[in-house]
Amino acid sequence: MQVHKYDVVIVGAGGAGMRAAIESGQRAHTAVLTKLYPTRSHTGAAQGGMCAALANVEEDNWEWHTFDTVKGGDYLVDQDAAEVMAKEAIEAVIDLEKMGLPFNRTPEGRIDQRRFGGHTRDHGKAPVRRACYAADRTGHMILQTLYQNCVKHNVEFYNEYYVLDLLTVEEEATREDGTVYLQKKTAGVVSYDLATGELHIFQAKSVILATGGAGKVFKTTSNAHTLTGDGMGIAFRKGIPLEDMEFFQFHPTGLAGLGILLSEAARGEGAILRNSEGERFMERYAPTIKDLAPRDIVARSMANEVREGRGCGPNKDYVLLDLTHLEPAHIDAKLPDITEFARTYLGVEPYTEPVPVFPTAHYAMGGVPTNITTEVLQDNDTVIPGLYAAGEVACVSVHGSNRLGTNSLLDINVFGKRAGIAAAKYALTADFVELPENPEADTVALLDHVRKSDGGEKVALIRKDLQDTMDANMQVFRTADSLNKVLADIAVFEERYSRITVQDKGKRFNLDLLEAVELGFLLELAKVMTVAALHRQESRGGHYREDFPERDDENFMKHSMAYLDSGVTVENSAESIAGIRLGTKPVVFTRYQPMVRKY
Amino acid sequence: MSTVETELPEPASKIELPAHLGGGGEIPTFDVTLRVRRYNPEVSEESTWENFTMTMYGTDRVLDALHKVKWEQDGSLTFRRSCAHGVCGSDAMRINGRNRLACKTLLKDLDTSKPITVEPIKGLPVEKDLIVDMEPFFQSFREVMPFLVNRGHEPAKERLQSAEDRERFDDTTKCILCAACTSSCPVFWTDGQYFGPAAIVNAHRFIFDSRDDAGDMRLEILNDKEGVWRCRTTFNCTEACPRGIQITQAIAEVKQAILGRSI
Repeated sequence: MQVHKYDVVIVGAGGAGMRAAIESGQRAHTAVLTKLYPTRSHTGAAQGGMCAALANVEEDNWEWHTFDTVKGGDYLVDQDAAEVMAKEAIEAVIDLEKMGLPFNRTPEGRIDQRRFGGHTRDHGKAPVRRACYAADRTGHMILQTLYQNCVKHNVEFYNEYYVLDLLTVEEEATREDGTVYLQKKTAGVVSYDLATGELHIFQAKSVILATGGAGKVFKTTSNAHTLTGDGMGIAFRKGIPLEDMEFFQFHPTGLAGLGILLSEAARGEGAILRNSEGERFMERYAPTIKDLAPRDIVARSMANEVREGRGCGPNKDYVLLDLTHLEPAHIDAKLPDITEFARTYLGVEPYTEPVPVFPTAHYAMGGVPTNITTEVLQDNDTVIPGLYAAGEVACVSVHGSNRLGTNSLLDINVFGKRAGIAAAKYALTADFVELPENPEADTVALLDHVRKSDGGEKVALIRKDLQDTMDANMQVFRTADSLNKVLADIAVFEERYSRITVQDKGKRFNLDLLEAVELGFLLELAKVMTVAALHRQESRGGHYREDFPERDDENFMKHSMAYLDSGVTVENSAESIAGIRLGTKPVVFTRYQPMVRKY
Repeated sequence: MSTVETELPEPASKIELPAHLGGGGEIPTFDVTLRVRRYNPEVSEESTWENFTMTMYGTDRVLDALHKVKWEQDGSLTFRRSCAHGVCGSDAMRINGRNRLACKTLLKDLDTSKPITVEPIKGLPVEKDLIVDMEPFFQSFREVMPFLVNRGHEPAKERLQSAEDRERFDDTTKCILCAACTSSCPVFWTDGQYFGPAAIVNAHRFIFDSRDDAGDMRLEILNDKEGVWRCRTTFNCTEACPRGIQITQAIAEVKQAILGRSI
């Protein structure tokens, strides 16, 4: 067993991880552990832009951006965090430009900006040009630019190292009010080297979780095959809560049947949605900003059109994204990649034909709870010294119940940078926490179980069944019945999971084994999401309960916090589900009181 | 403040849609055989060919077929993949003798009457089945200083760059480092020390960026005996690039820049 020692260990090399690494690497001895080569990360699939109130093309300011973010999240956003993000957005964009990011430019040579869903002038009056972009490959440019700068600063990467466990120790501590509690402390991580199958212990003063999302709990998703929620999973298993997991964003315009993302930038550039009658139906659902309403509203409107029989195609199960009134030269200049996707994967020519689209699972608003310094919380009041999280794995919470387009690229840059600085600063004064005895024991047990189990169940089949039930019952529309169906299904899947067989018994590049481990995370996270959705008996942002169609601020203007707790059994808590305890956390308000959310 | 674009006219609230919309009908299915080059040094030092036959749909890609094998027939079949729509660069492989991304190659576009051969990309050490050691490839990338160097005064806001100057290097910003180009290059096959097309593409991206001040240093690096002069203009790289980058042209522009500099 090899043991490595670093001041700071960053888990994940997407936008948040590499933005953190650029800061941390210049201040402290830093390693980045990543299950993919850094440039394979899914930040690279982001398309449309990154919002910041630069006001390069029209009047704008960060306060309007904060308001849009809060309203877009249906007031479940922590407003202190949204202020930080909107304010620091400007510097974040300038940082990237100085690092070399090739933004599109205005005729004056400044960074160009375009419209995006939910981003408005003066508190909702009209769409505003706020998204800084590089054609429709802004995420690709961000990922490449950050990797280039990691090369420049000699950041140390451990590529294809899967982190499978977080090492923490617990010590008795006393609160100000005299109560005694168990304080968690960060000791490091356990990782699995894909090439050799060996485990490596990384002892670290600071650990930053930057592992991204968990979209593979759904079948139709814009997410990569590798987005299996590993970071959320390892934190949850260590007793760290997960916040607001019921809120998952369904992006309106996935290529029908495939889920591949077509950027909202298409609608920002003027594309519109039509139903089978050729009608621009968003005029009915959001009369002011129409097709540029936030994603939750557009996705629900599309699903509703299909439900009411106005879907297109042989099965009437999708709607159309119409770009045919746009100039081909304009499409080529601003939306080259997504039109290429339509041609390659559906054989549709967007110049002349509308493109079949349907909502696709896109983004987890929830995740590992942090404060605005990106420190991870073990409960509402207590941070875990030395543990940080940023990006989609985290919930800070700037997205509330529905993230606005472009705010994820912003989130990873603002909070990735904050995490890198904070983790390095902490590591420079803190001591190493002694590793627990047999630090690898849990990981060895996990892998042994997966390797030796021979019940004949196939990982891929269980995963497919999970994704099918999540798509059918946990998507845009939810009811108590549909959610209970998911939970009953997951109970069956968990039993089947205990009887899986992994065919590849080797040590080198055993992705068969790791897919089985990843399925364990997916099952656990799907259950947390569904339990939280069942308990939230209201509709807010991305979470829509047909049996509770209204927002209920009196009872539910609060974050949900799900804890792993073996003390919760079906017998002692009818409302709960075995193994998960649900708590709440207050929402932070600064300047905006909740209003009815209309566009 | 300026207005950069004129307002688009509002599109019609309702239009007549053509009757055929949606492509229509059932998606056809067909049988395909993948002929995959297998290699696992834990089992044998020799590589072997193995055939897998399955039923696939018209919208399926080679990656879907590989997944079907791995998930239903043989879990030990090993390959890299992530985004599955041609932007992450994980799954470059040699399909019917040509370098392509498995997730961007539709089965229906191949001749499915014969087995489809799938092999690892050439010129990099094979680790297991379709996985190669990417480290030599990334080493060459790192050696060309693939990052912006600016020695001037740092402005408080963004540096200005005209739309024309930005356009000058647009093509080479598209690179996803999949190695399809470098591993299709006959010079690289015989001389692993050659920087290869991908590294040159990434050098080009900065050499022709008006904000960058290290072009001369990169040109010096690429003027090396293992640099651009090894390129024999076979255009394999341009044909292999899944992003449509005009790689051979980019290499030619770097050669021109070196010549222009030494005059």
